[in-house]
Amino acid sequence: MSTATHSGSNRIAGAGRLTPAKTVRFTFDGQNLTGLEGDTVASALLANGIHLVGRSFKYHRPRGILSAGSEEPNALVDIERDKSRKQPNVRATVQEIYDGLKVKSQNRWPSLTFDVGAVNDMFSPMLPAGFYYKTFMWPKFAWKTIYEPKIRAAAGLGVVPGEADTDRYSNRFAHCDVLVVGAGVAGLAAALSAASTGARVILCDEQPEAGGALRYESDVVIDGVAGHEWAAATVAKLQAMDNITVLTRTTAFGYYAQNFVGLVERLSDHLSTPAAEMPRERLWQIRAKKVVLATGAIERHMVFANNDRPGVMLASAARMFLNQYGVAVGRKVGVYTANDSAYAAAIDLKRAGIGIPVIVDTRDNPNSQIVEEARSLGIEVLAGHAVYSAGGKRRVSSMSIKPVRGGNERKVAVDALIMSAGWTPSVHLFSQSRGKVAWDAANERFLPGTYAQDCVSVGACNGTDGLQATLDEAFAAGGGKAGSVPATGGANWTGGMIGSAPGAGADTTVKAFVDFQNDVTAKDVRLAVREGMHSIEHVKRFTTNGMATDQGKTSNLHGLAIAAEALNRPIPAVGLTTFRAPFTPVTFGAIVNHARHDLFDPTRRTPMHTWHAAQGAEFEDVGQWKRAWYYPQAGEDMHAAVNRECVAVRNHAGIFDASTLGKIEVVGPDAAKFLELLYTNPWEKLGVGRLRYGIMLREDGFIYDDGVVGRLAEDRFHVTTTTGGAPRVMNHMEDYLQTEFPHLNVWLTSTTEQWAVIAVQGPKAREIIAPLVEGIDISNEAMPHMSVREGKICGVPTRLFRMSFTGEAGYEINVPADYGQAVWEAVYDRGKPLGLTPYGTEAMHILRAEKGYIIVGQDTDGTVTPQDAGLTWAIGKNKTDYVGIRGLLRRDLVADGRKQLVGLKTVDPTVVLEEGAQIVANPNQPVPMTMIGHVTSSYWSENCGRSIALALVVDGTKRLGETLYVPMPNGVIEVEVTGTVFFDEKGERLNG
Amino acid sequence: MRKYSVFALAREALRAHKGWEQQWTSPEPKAEYDVIIVGAGGHGLATAYYLAKEHGITNVAVLEKGWLGGGNTGRNTTIIRSNYLYDESAGIYEHAVKLWEGLSQDLNYNVMYSARGVMMLAHNIHDVQVFKRHIHANRLNGIDNEWLTPEQVKEFCPPINLSADARYPIIGAALQRRGGTARHDAVAWGYARAAADRGVHIIQNCEVTGIRRAPNGAVIGVDTNRGPINAKKVGVVAAGHTSVIMNMAGVRMPLESYPLQALVSEPVKPLIPCVIMSNTVHAYISQSDKGEMVIGAGTDQYTSYSQTGGLHIINHTLDAICEMFPVLTRLKMLRSWGGIVDVTPDRSPILAKTPVPGLYVNCGWGTGGFKATPGSGNVFAHTIARDEPHRINAPFTIERFTTGRLIDEAAAAAVAH
Amino acid sequence: MLLIKCPYCEEERPELEFRNAGEAHLVRAASIVEQSDDDFAAFLYFRQNPKGLQFERWRHIHGCGRFFNAVRDSVSDKFLTVYKADEPRPNVEQLIVRPAASAESTEEPDAKRAPRAKKAEV
Repeated sequence: MSTATHSGSNRIAGAGRLTPAKTVRFTFDGQNLTGLEGDTVASALLANGIHLVGRSFKYHRPRGILSAGSEEPNALVDIERDKSRKQPNVRATVQEIYDGLKVKSQNRWPSLTFDVGAVNDMFSPMLPAGFYYKTFMWPKFAWKTIYEPKIRAAAGLGVVPGEADTDRYSNRFAHCDVLVVGAGVAGLAAALSAASTGARVILCDEQPEAGGALRYESDVVIDGVAGHEWAAATVAKLQAMDNITVLTRTTAFGYYAQNFVGLVERLSDHLSTPAAEMPRERLWQIRAKKVVLATGAIERHMVFANNDRPGVMLASAARMFLNQYGVAVGRKVGVYTANDSAYAAAIDLKRAGIGIPVIVDTRDNPNSQIVEEARSLGIEVLAGHAVYSAGGKRRVSSMSIKPVRGGNERKVAVDALIMSAGWTPSVHLFSQSRGKVAWDAANERFLPGTYAQDCVSVGACNGTDGLQATLDEAFAAGGGKAGSVPATGGANWTGGMIGSAPGAGADTTVKAFVDFQNDVTAKDVRLAVREGMHSIEHVKRFTTNGMATDQGKTSNLHGLAIAAEALNRPIPAVGLTTFRAPFTPVTFGAIVNHARHDLFDPTRRTPMHTWHAAQGAEFEDVGQWKRAWYYPQAGEDMHAAVNRECVAVRNHAGIFDASTLGKIEVVGPDAAKFLELLYTNPWEKLGVGRLRYGIMLREDGFIYDDGVVGRLAEDRFHVTTTTGGAPRVMNHMEDYLQTEFPHLNVWLTSTTEQWAVIAVQGPKAREIIAPLVEGIDISNEAMPHMSVREGKICGVPTRLFRMSFTGEAGYEINVPADYGQAVWEAVYDRGKPLGLTPYGTEAMHILRAEKGYIIVGQDTDGTVTPQDAGLTWAIGKNKTDYVGIRGLLRRDLVADGRKQLVGLKTVDPTVVLEEGAQIVANPNQPVPMTMIGHVTSSYWSENCGRSIALALVVDGTKRLGETLYVPMPNGVIEVEVTGTVFFDEKGERLNG
Repeated sequence: MRKYSVFALAREALRAHKGWEQQWTSPEPKAEYDVIIVGAGGHGLATAYYLAKEHGITNVAVLEKGWLGGGNTGRNTTIIRSNYLYDESAGIYEHAVKLWEGLSQDLNYNVMYSARGVMMLAHNIHDVQVFKRHIHANRLNGIDNEWLTPEQVKEFCPPINLSADARYPIIGAALQRRGGTARHDAVAWGYARAAADRGVHIIQNCEVTGIRRAPNGAVIGVDTNRGPINAKKVGVVAAGHTSVIMNMAGVRMPLESYPLQALVSEPVKPLIPCVIMSNTVHAYISQSDKGEMVIGAGTDQYTSYSQTGGLHIINHTLDAICEMFPVLTRLKMLRSWGGIVDVTPDRSPILAKTPVPGLYVNCGWGTGGFKATPGSGNVFAHTIARDEPHRINAPFTIERFTTGRLIDEAAAAAVAH
Repeated sequence: MLLIKCPYCEEERPELEFRNAGEAHLVRAASIVEQSDDDFAAFLYFRQNPKGLQFERWRHIHGCGRFFNAVRDSVSDKFLTVYKADEPRPNVEQLIVRPAASAESTEEPDAKRAPRAKKAEV
């Protein structure tokens, strides 16, 4: 068996740069195939004579391989390693093969060769651009139930994997002096030049190896060696330098503000058995002082009838398949071109022994040297001719040729048809950088015009023609002192045509594709214009031209030219659609990288967390915190556990982890003055060693936060905030201190994580902690309710707060966080025989509700004033300024009819209202009802032996004793408006 | 206007679709109109349509500095719902949903209103409290919105990650079944076609450069890059550019304009059957009829008119999307873009008369204006035609920011404690 | 992601270290209680929101913690300058980058100019 048959019958011996001995087995739709190491799926399929690779989006037309690069619109396949590592919509021209690779075609049923969906192609006269806007409207219900589901099922391409991805992704931030995007001849030269100055350089290229067009150009000599050898030698030279990073298989996909460029490096998709710990892709977020764009140009196809037949492809692609992969795309290859560059492909193929029946050139007098060279090889050149149609269905079989100016048709049998309409400079990244492109009328192309960032374009993407000019420009752009290198050969990027070729045919019947994947034809573009779509953005959206997975890399300029022609307006006047990131599609996983599962968001745990967990606590999420919710004992449900905890606190004592509360140390000679301005309450006269409940407003007068503040010294306050409010309260304080009240001599320090806070609440609280406390007289007389002392507990320094959020006498023991669990355990061991019971946030909520203590964010919602919440007492009457004082004076904040916090008792005490339930005065009114309030907190209170609730009700305080109604889906609940305190109304227990 | 129908389509199929007429014309501006609408987005075009249809005012010009529907109308993630908390918000969004339900037929343009359900996920007890409050208020306002258990969430949207090990597990959801999506471009085009058919002039590439006023202060017209155009009534519907236009009339607005990004994935076969929103993890997603996952990202933190934003914003959004749908990790971002959203202090819109006689403003829709398009245009047309607000938009004044009578949906969902 | 120079740290750092704090130079009245409804509303809510040069506040929240001001072009998102909270509003005229001829005369040191000014490669 010859080597050729090993890796496909179309492998040409001696052609290409792959090693014939290194064979690779893979499957395509279950068929066992062999390719060579270094092959892409596309080159390996072509080597095996397979052109039919997929089906198009709308008409399900058979499609082959158009290109040899990332601009591929047609050859999208599904790659599956296993159920969780299945990848839809992979470009066969990018995916490298490996042993065991499983490739499947997409968007076909039951098979690629027989696809039922292809019936759409027959009905295509009924399915022009935008047809769906004009129908499917009757009967009204049918859009949702019939039409839309059908359309959805027919659309889409690949299938999302059924299981969560098991691959890893990684992330790297980098800074560099020069980022060079593209490692073709221009990028290599620029990188070499920049690196020679000692600058830190990053060079990236989306291909597996550097070289760009040098990988297929057969006639280039640089610095005395063949182009691809120069590329390889240059890369080797660069890699040996320690100030440059060369990244292959790496796509610069997004160019953001201030030279911030996003790259994705593909690390393992080309490997047969990647190491388990190896990331699949790596996101690079690069901040470059300067960016050199060397992104090259993309060849355009010719727009003519049936130009989508498998086997019809770009000339440069055919050349790449031959010169890089050693694969002939056919045995009788027709050529259709409007410029010189396809000739080079034809010549290379001819020299490799492939038949070139004819070169069809739309130009009347192509007469450059390369045309003569083709002729001298005996290739027939038909100038002034056009291909009017491609024959064949699942593979091109013929081309129909006619003179452009009319004449007889001639049909030539081919098994592949290569084409070139010219080259479109890749200005994608330049445009993303917010640079403005300029229209080069002479060469019908958009080029970089006005730059918005410190960036420079070199080579083909800058419209620079000629290899020597490109090298000179790139070496200069790199800033190096060494000059350029001599070079000969290479392509010319100018010439060609845009828009529909003569062979695009009349509007009646033919399909001359502009955008292959989305099945947009020249007549679709013309229809859009006819219907009044005169902006190119309208044309794009109406036809979906350029909106497929290739984002119009080959189609945008054609579509624009056809629209401009139909509008009879110059191209720049029609405009250019905006280039959006990403340049090629980027895997979500690469962007997300580590931020999955536990690393999605930081988890904050208190110093006593492991103790709670060991006790079997259930936790609730409060912001990023995990808080112990309740501690179920064997056989207990949540309700039973919470009831037990609530009763224990009131009968004996409870221990509660309050460490998540925010804590801010406010220190300085003006500390009291500062708090006067930040809280509604008065602070100047608060004695040292005393606590006060404070309310913080926003400037608009609404409650922002609350908490207990302790005065430790004349110039030192220990401020507490809500759990969720801690960071924003700190920011709010800093803002006012730094910018509004900078004359105040105050320092603010967040101490939330420095203190563990152990609340011991209940009639036995003092008895429990007494033996553990040193240096503090905790008698009721010496340390009354709302006081703070410093001393020691269990030998550890403490700030001991006598305060209560339960209505019981109690303490909040602040100890350095590292001692939190030890002190907690000591207190618990001491208190357990006395009935000390751990209680969680649920019991805490109930206990405080029994006392009518509000929770900011639950009983208030950002529209509630202190007056609304029944906290008028907490506003310093004689104060002339504090944040929010003016907001509170606004008309609607002092008007009647505001919602005020009240208590609610259900007439049936066993009924517990639902939090969020709405309250009405008249339950018999029709919908929409007039709602006068809602339930903010509602619980079963075991201590009260009934349900209790807090609510915000319009003019609530005037309604005490009134009966109101809570209409629920299954009946109306009658409630009585009450005060907000349900337990120990006189508050005697606090002082126990 | 030639009616669109399957029969028209069949007729045109037989003659290579040569017979379709322009959906809207591009007339030269006249010297004077009865009403000028500044901004040919969905809201502006809808305003013009309802002025013509319901108020008989057809001598109307809609001026657009770029191409119609090119602002936030063509850049949003097309979520439609009306399950808002306050009566005022619920009123206007429900008015819109009712119009959405018959809009394709009314406009004779398939706007693909797809009531596939909008599911808002609850991840913690605070979310549950907030959503239940919404659900109860909606019920008593006659607006559908129901509570789903985690199992029901999974049933309604099978690919969702219900694992209790998730960083923020899903513990329920509020579902509005009548919520859904519509095809954004079709909304702009459908209104444009129907308005133009009634005589409205839609003038694109016409940038307003000044607002002309009589000595008594009243509006008499606008200056544009195509010359002055007279009108005694001018309605500004310029979204992110509202501050700029209103500044021409010397009116400062309670607005800030932020970049808002969105993205789509490559198209895949149907997977996500509804719209999913999560305020806690900050993400929303639906799958378009084309198969693309349409994903809304957040706003950048700074004001900007650049229509772009940072990669870190998209990064954060995709984190959340992949947390909710781990099967999407291998999907690829196909295209990302930005819009400019005008945000008021209470996150609710302004649809109102202004201190300048004859000048009206419709703005402040923030990140959620698309869903209101028909309702907003409808009541704004009423406001301009009658020189007084419709009952539905009466609360959405500028003065509320002085009096403090805010409609603060965001605060009502505030996270604290 | 923007790159922002903190005038206190005197270093360019990524945007993630900063928190935008809205329009700058809004003055909280000394006797705010006496302020009229309209003046208070203007202070609280009504904003310039310019398309162009924006005076705004930032906080280097994950750095030195200081609030400072910046002038940024809200169309290009480029910073013209940053300055400390207690420094006066800079003269915008001087900040706008002139064509090369007049660039000599600006008092701003090179580092403060927009990068575009230094570019001449193309």
